[in-house]
Amino acid sequence: MENTTLAHHLILAGLLFALGLTGVLIRRNLLVVYMCLELMLAATTLALVAFSRFNGTMDGAILVFFVITVAAAEVAVGLALIVALFRKRGTVRSDALTTLRE
Amino acid sequence: MPDGLFIFFAALTLGAALLMVISRNAVTCAMGMILALVGVAAEFFLLDAYFLGVLQVLVYAGAVMVLFLFIIMLLDTEDPAGAYPWKTAALGLATFFLLAAGVLWLFHWSGAIAPAAAGATPPELTADPAEFVTAAKGFGRLLYTKYLLPLEIAGFLLLTALVGVVSLSKENPENQA
Repeated sequence: MENTTLAHHLILAGLLFALGLTGVLIRRNLLVVYMCLELMLAATTLALVAFSRFNGTMDGAILVFFVITVAAAEVAVGLALIVALFRKRGTVRSDALTTLRE
Repeated sequence: MPDGLFIFFAALTLGAALLMVISRNAVTCAMGMILALVGVAAEFFLLDAYFLGVLQVLVYAGAVMVLFLFIIMLLDTEDPAGAYPWKTAALGLATFFLLAAGVLWLFHWSGAIAPAAAGATPPELTADPAEFVTAAKGFGRLLYTKYLLPLEIAGFLLLTALVGVVSLSKENPENQA
């Protein structure tokens, strides 16, 4: 990687984050919204690894290790919540789950 | 100019993420997500973070996405056909282009990253454990010294998640509506 600079990695991470946030805002399927959240998390880990590499320290990489651990636990609990919601209401579409608003 | 592999994997990642955001079929979304995560793992490899790249493929693209696919097929959700409502499409496009313009301005045009730093190559790899090392040994050393408490907390968090998922997915007759 001769001339791939820190800015290139940060721009890629930022665009990935923007795509993830767009998905969270426009999608109505809770499962897809959840996947977009995971994409935003992956984008931030990419920025962390880039900072870690360009600063020559390990701390950012260790933080990514913990982010992956926490994300795995979070996905398990979140999917269990979505399944419980589906059992109770029979849908996972966020525009059908508006009981509190009405 | 960045090198070819970076551009290839950046395009792969962004294209797969775009597929995930706009596809109506939840399974296609999951496939796009897997491809995007593999692309991110490839970028980790290009940044010499080999251990994290392997971890990303194993945990994220492997375990987590299999869980997602399993739930998608279990629930069998279908998005209604037809065009997106124009409000939603406009909101999505505006969000993406505002954020993308902000990112490009911040990291490219604003000069917040000094040109010297932006053009700099990363520091040379050393075997010094205090600096960035590619070996998994570097992770082990830090995890069991400086980051021992977070490591224990992460282990406890995994146990808590395990217990929570079991209690959430248990049939509870009193809670049935």
